[in-house]
Amino acid sequence: MRLRLVWRKALNAVMLTLTGVAALAVVGVLFFILGYLLYHGGKSLNWDFFTKLPKPVGETGGGMANAIVGSLKLLLLAALMGLPVGLMAGVYLAEFGGTTFAFVIRYTTDLLNGVPSIVIGIFAYSLAVLPVRHFSTLAGGVALGIMVIPVTVRSTEEFLRAVPVSLREGAMALGASKWRTIATVVLPAASGGIMTGMLLSLARVAGETAPLLFTAFSNRFWSPGWGQPIASLPVMIYTYAIAPYDDWHRQAWAAALVLLALVLVANLGCRLVLNRRGAMRSV
Amino acid sequence: MSATATTPIAHAVPPEAGPRAFLRRLRSGDEVAHVLTLIFAAGILLITSLLVYELWANSHLSRAKFGWMFLWTRTWDPIFDNFGAAPFIYGTLVTSVVSLVIAVPLGLAAAIFLAELAPRRLSDALAFLIDLLAAVPSVIYGLLGIFILVPLMRTTLGPALKGALGFLPFFSGPNYGVGFLTAGIVLAIMIVPFIISVSREVLLTVPREQREAALALGATRWESTWQVVVPWARSGIMGSVFLALARALGETMAVTMVIGNDPRISASLFAPGYTIAAVIANEFTEATGDLYLSALIELGLVLFLLTFILNGLARLLIAATERGGGRPA
Repeated sequence: MRLRLVWRKALNAVMLTLTGVAALAVVGVLFFILGYLLYHGGKSLNWDFFTKLPKPVGETGGGMANAIVGSLKLLLLAALMGLPVGLMAGVYLAEFGGTTFAFVIRYTTDLLNGVPSIVIGIFAYSLAVLPVRHFSTLAGGVALGIMVIPVTVRSTEEFLRAVPVSLREGAMALGASKWRTIATVVLPAASGGIMTGMLLSLARVAGETAPLLFTAFSNRFWSPGWGQPIASLPVMIYTYAIAPYDDWHRQAWAAALVLLALVLVANLGCRLVLNRRGAMRSV
Repeated sequence: MSATATTPIAHAVPPEAGPRAFLRRLRSGDEVAHVLTLIFAAGILLITSLLVYELWANSHLSRAKFGWMFLWTRTWDPIFDNFGAAPFIYGTLVTSVVSLVIAVPLGLAAAIFLAELAPRRLSDALAFLIDLLAAVPSVIYGLLGIFILVPLMRTTLGPALKGALGFLPFFSGPNYGVGFLTAGIVLAIMIVPFIISVSREVLLTVPREQREAALALGATRWESTWQVVVPWARSGIMGSVFLALARALGETMAVTMVIGNDPRISASLFAPGYTIAAVIANEFTEATGDLYLSALIELGLVLFLLTFILNGLARLLIAATERGGGRPA
């Protein structure tokens, strides 16, 4: 009897300790990644990286200025195409949605969110590359734009729902119609949260590689306009990492550091803002 | 604007039939806003259906030629236009299973710590850091995989595993550093944040009384957690695992970079393999023939259907638990 109690207490202590170790191990991985990238990326990062084009294969030096601009251009396109759809659909779900149709939309949004990014790439390829038969910035923007939609919809809906009913009633009592209430009272009240949600969704697609491989493709030069293949940071990291040149590996580390810094700073900022406003789930 | 003034009047008019009434309601603005937002919401349905249609239509050639045999055939031969998905489906499933074997115990343990043991503030802070881990782009995991995990696997981890468990078929055969096991480990690190954050939330919804009742009966903390709280949240935890599995199946870059890209079916986890997502990523731009491209798109269709089903199941399970239906049967 006594022995059994000792055994149960020991098991309790061991298992509880193990759960703590597991949690620490996972968080440790984050710090390991950060530290490793800071060390290797920081060593490789220089001014050329931000200002120069890639050197021809075999030569050392050069930078990724075109890929940085390329990533920004692709994100701009993604924002222009995906955010309005996400915003409007989110408004529909929060303000006008009935029961059945809204449920269908919500469910579809979640499923779209779960579609592997490589499949989104195939989809964008058949929409924007097959008809014109060449890779383009536009096609990459389409791929990322589709990926931006689901997160934007869900965060917009959540923040609109969080606006107190009393605000709506106040506007209605002043004689405003429903759409004026939404446009001038509800949306501004939720705007901070909605915009943070949008930024989060952009930060998420900023690191996507797979959907760009056969839509935006890549480019070792500047890509003027929107109709030509364009380089992006994630695709450059991939190409440079699997190449057999040491100098390319060095630049891949630098690019990874820059990309990770961008993504983490955006995430950190957004989540801090959101946490202050109250919990936001599932983004 | 005059809209504010006209709206109450528009509402005061008794409902009439016909296009005139509809026009009047349109002018009040509410209907316009309703229809406009509805169009965008329906746009999401349209995009998703179009996605399915494009995958279906563009894989026509391959579906017509190979039929269901596509799923069982083991050859992948672009030169003679002979395509089968079996090695890729095998690779996708094996890497995902390996990643779950590592990530589920680790993630569940960490979630238990965060939900049951850690003080609320520490739990929130750690959960925040774990969410950041989920935000790290997959190509960066691939980069770290290539330059840290692959050498480690070749020199230390692989030989150690072989020494300890070499009698099992999974851990025999030559060890190149790249392969199913390496890909599975990278995937595990990538999906563990999802398991933790969803499981933690589900565990936090378990009523306090459940724990107190168990403790009052003399259970230790661990017994109350393992025998009462976890079973209560069981279906939600299963949901988080399905969600993670769907991620693992569809994950592309990190796996492509460490799996070795060799379309072979081998029992050994040290052997190089290939996954559906990886072969699409590698060969899509080089696919010369129409049939070749069509076969790759059909692989995409297979992957889509797999993740589609898993995601659907996961959402239902999580919704069921959070509504309080996760009672032990």
